[in-house]
Amino acid sequence: MVKRSGTSQTLVALAVAIFALVFPFFASGYHLYQAAQVLILAIALLGLNLLTGFNGQISLGHGAFFAVGGYGTAILMAKLGVPYWVAIPIAGAVCFGAGFLFGFPALRFGGLYLALATFALAVATPQMLSYTGFDPYTGGSMGLQVSKPHAPFGLPLSADQWLYLACLACAAALYWAASNLVRGRVGRALIAIRDQPIAAETMGVNAALYKTSCFGVSALYAGVAGGLSAIVVGFVSPESFGLPLSLAFLVGIVVGGLGSLGGALFGALFIEFVPNIADQLTVSFGESAKALPGAIYGVLLILIMAAMPMGAAGAARAIARLGAKVEEGGDANVAANYGGKGEAP
Amino acid sequence: MGEFLHQLASGLALGGVYAIMALALVMIYQATHLINFAQGEMAMFSTYFAWKLMDLGWPYWRAFFAAVVASFIGGVVIERLIVRPFANAPVLTSVIVFLGLAFIFNALAGWLYGYSVTSFDSPFSGRPWFGAGYMSAHEAGVILVTLAVLLLVYAFFRFTPLGLAMRAAAQNPVSSRLVGIRVGWMLAIGWGLAAAIGAIAGMMAAPIVYLDPNMMFGVLLYAFAGAVLGGIDNPFGAAFGGFAVGVMENLVGAYVVGPEVKLSVALAIIIAVLVWRPSGLFGRRLVARV
Amino acid sequence: MINRRTFLQSSAAAAAFAASAGSARADNAPGVTDTEIKIGQTMPYSGPASAYGVIGRTETAYFKMINEQGGVNGRKINLISLDDGYSPPKTVEQTRRLVEEEKVAFIFNSLGTPPNVAIRQYLNDNKIPQLFVATGAAIFADPQHFPWTIGWQPSYVTEAKIFAKHILKTKPDAKIAILYANDGFGKEYLAGLKEGLGADHAGMLIKEASYENSEPTVDSQVVTLQGSGADVLLIAATPKFAAQAIRKTFDIGWTPVRYMTDVSQSIASVMKPAGLDKSKGVITAVYGKDPTDARWKDDPGFKEYAAFIEKYMTPHELIDAFAVYGFGLGATMVQVLKQCGADLSRASVMKQAANLKDLELPMLLPGIKINTSPDNFSPIRQEALASFNGASWEQFGEVLTD
Repeated sequence: MVKRSGTSQTLVALAVAIFALVFPFFASGYHLYQAAQVLILAIALLGLNLLTGFNGQISLGHGAFFAVGGYGTAILMAKLGVPYWVAIPIAGAVCFGAGFLFGFPALRFGGLYLALATFALAVATPQMLSYTGFDPYTGGSMGLQVSKPHAPFGLPLSADQWLYLACLACAAALYWAASNLVRGRVGRALIAIRDQPIAAETMGVNAALYKTSCFGVSALYAGVAGGLSAIVVGFVSPESFGLPLSLAFLVGIVVGGLGSLGGALFGALFIEFVPNIADQLTVSFGESAKALPGAIYGVLLILIMAAMPMGAAGAARAIARLGAKVEEGGDANVAANYGGKGEAP
Repeated sequence: MGEFLHQLASGLALGGVYAIMALALVMIYQATHLINFAQGEMAMFSTYFAWKLMDLGWPYWRAFFAAVVASFIGGVVIERLIVRPFANAPVLTSVIVFLGLAFIFNALAGWLYGYSVTSFDSPFSGRPWFGAGYMSAHEAGVILVTLAVLLLVYAFFRFTPLGLAMRAAAQNPVSSRLVGIRVGWMLAIGWGLAAAIGAIAGMMAAPIVYLDPNMMFGVLLYAFAGAVLGGIDNPFGAAFGGFAVGVMENLVGAYVVGPEVKLSVALAIIIAVLVWRPSGLFGRRLVARV
Repeated sequence: MINRRTFLQSSAAAAAFAASAGSARADNAPGVTDTEIKIGQTMPYSGPASAYGVIGRTETAYFKMINEQGGVNGRKINLISLDDGYSPPKTVEQTRRLVEEEKVAFIFNSLGTPPNVAIRQYLNDNKIPQLFVATGAAIFADPQHFPWTIGWQPSYVTEAKIFAKHILKTKPDAKIAILYANDGFGKEYLAGLKEGLGADHAGMLIKEASYENSEPTVDSQVVTLQGSGADVLLIAATPKFAAQAIRKTFDIGWTPVRYMTDVSQSIASVMKPAGLDKSKGVITAVYGKDPTDARWKDDPGFKEYAAFIEKYMTPHELIDAFAVYGFGLGATMVQVLKQCGADLSRASVMKQAANLKDLELPMLLPGIKINTSPDNFSPIRQEALASFNGASWEQFGEVLTD
């Protein structure tokens, strides 16, 4: 993506990075826990955005891959004693395989059917996780306890601080990987497949391979996020991975901005904190209104979509473009105009 | 054999509810190419509306028709006020808007009516039909109502000028405008009809699944499955899909794998069907022009 | 109103006491000031388990009532009840917020098995009482490994064993089928039933069928269970599904002896939707009074409950079994606080929670008492069997203990 105002973008990125690094030293354990959750969600959203935003394959079921990553990590750690820094990559690799395999039948479906099929996957996940046959491994409906890792090499960090930094490192590395991916040949191929699949094939792009691999990579991201979640929360159970999780992911990438990796952070902040804000807003309605946060959340969603139909990233681009038009009257970047219209004409 | 007939019968009954919901989904899909994820919650809210009327003393059928009419109006209003502004937005933006609507209706129902399970009367009470008790009176009634709704909708679209106008608006909005059809209002009416049909589904389902704010979630899920199985752009296909999913769920759970994984297996079957026929059993096959 | 305003008030109070030198030992306890004790819980106010949210609302209202009567030993009880949507990661987050931000004294009656398992280690590691968890899972009565965690209601295992004993006594050649929820609650029932039957009678259980909470109905499962030829049916299901199961057994003309979990004993939410005449003969284990039972009309305990509902809740909650439950929990909590006297440190609270002797509550059945001790972390272990006669639950036999 063309950086409209390169300097201000780098400055913002730098400020964010410094804040992120200094944060653990003045934040409480609770805030570190929340921050770690935000990073975990951001990783999952990065993955989902690769698939849905850049490659146009709508998935409503990424909670399933998140669950596989979480349970995989938990089982490896709790039942097989594997240390977390080995367990999470393994779980991620398993998810890559699962995603890649799921990508094959997905090739046959059009956008809508894929959405519904993945929706079905999200709904079926808790049931598959609590299948009695797997109980010895999964701990059944009581779930699995995962011991929280402590800082290695005797570093003077609390478990919360260490986990936050670990999530930060993973998020940064995966963001860097994803952004390299989309900037390069692969990214262009993915975008081409999304916008003009037939033209892309004619140009020699192996759509099937790219699409299934994209599914695999996005599942890998979700799986790593799930694994990190397992060690940060310290517990996995079927209830941790229900439909609301997959829906939250979808909300996250749309609010953050499809086709924008930077939007993943905004989306993660949204789905982590806005429900809490909705909770606070209903306090004034009195005790019977404990049910209302859901309504407030729904209203907020609609308002945000009205205000920013292309997500936060789209809004940022629009503002940047306004500024640029005033300054340069420059050319428009086609990719920057994209907002995820989905279907080919 | 008796057990098999039982499973078949209750599968068909609930399948009827799925079929009606699938029909509502298809109506909106055909007009807008969007899946209304809030359809279930809207239907639930309509059902609560009817329940409230009956609580105030209204007789069943009057409350029923009042709820249907109110839902129609509600659907039109929602389309004009909330859906219309997003007509040109990306697909996923609309999906989020529908999710927001679903949250709103669910929370409103919980706030207004509480979360406890309530009973909802059936108009078909009485001794089970066909003597042997394979099917309760209500279940038989649901199937009849489903067929009636299907016929009415078919007749409406096929034989009335308004129905024709709506079909035209959905298929070719530009040309329709050129011949004077108010395409925008056709969409709104489509939403109204879908909401009304959803209300019927909710009121048919409530005596079976009982009334509570979360009652339609499972139903909507299977309605999706049915619509996908039958073909989302074919009303009869979707309805058939609804019945098929209802029966399949029961039979798979009873005879093939046991209830513990029947949800997963049923969904796997649907995915398998889609791999074989990607547009659903009766959907139009999409051929992309180069 | 309790959340924001009193949070600000109490943080001001907390700041004030932090500034001054703490005098009485109670003032140094977290969450405790001269005028108030702050406690926290998580409840599923949203999501699929939202029906249980009534419990939290009832308890909040109950403490409001106690506060208006002067509080306990001069202190008001400030319950901060947060929504976790029944999602364990959210439970951990909200609980950490309660402990680390709101600085509550302890956690009271948080709801759900997975949510409570998720926070159990954290609370025990930090020596914070996890009082009266709102779940019947037996794993929470484990004073040896988790000395800071204590249950309240009869465990599902206990109840299933009571049913099993009754079946063995009254119908030793029975063929048993069970419908159970595919989660911790249902599976514990299944385990309890098997334990109660024992190895010698294990063959009596001939068919099991589970259901998911996301399914619309359990009609299909009931038909399958009928097909096994069983003549005893155990319904380990939550209200909505229990009602469906009761109705369906009647509609298909199947007449097994039906045992049902106490979780679903609400006449208004289960028996009535199922059909009062279709529910005749259902047996359940009871430990509380059903508010729709005319038998308690002039009972002083019920009148106390009804007065509370009238003043602090809405009318349709009178008949809500979960409101009765919350009422009982509130009363238990107040008793513990009373027993603590001036020492409201966490250790003292835990000690008194494990020191309840023959406590009777207004809405507990006569004869049922709460008892705890350092090696007994199951406060209520008695239930009576009752049979539904078409209008109310008729107790038969004595109060049984597991």
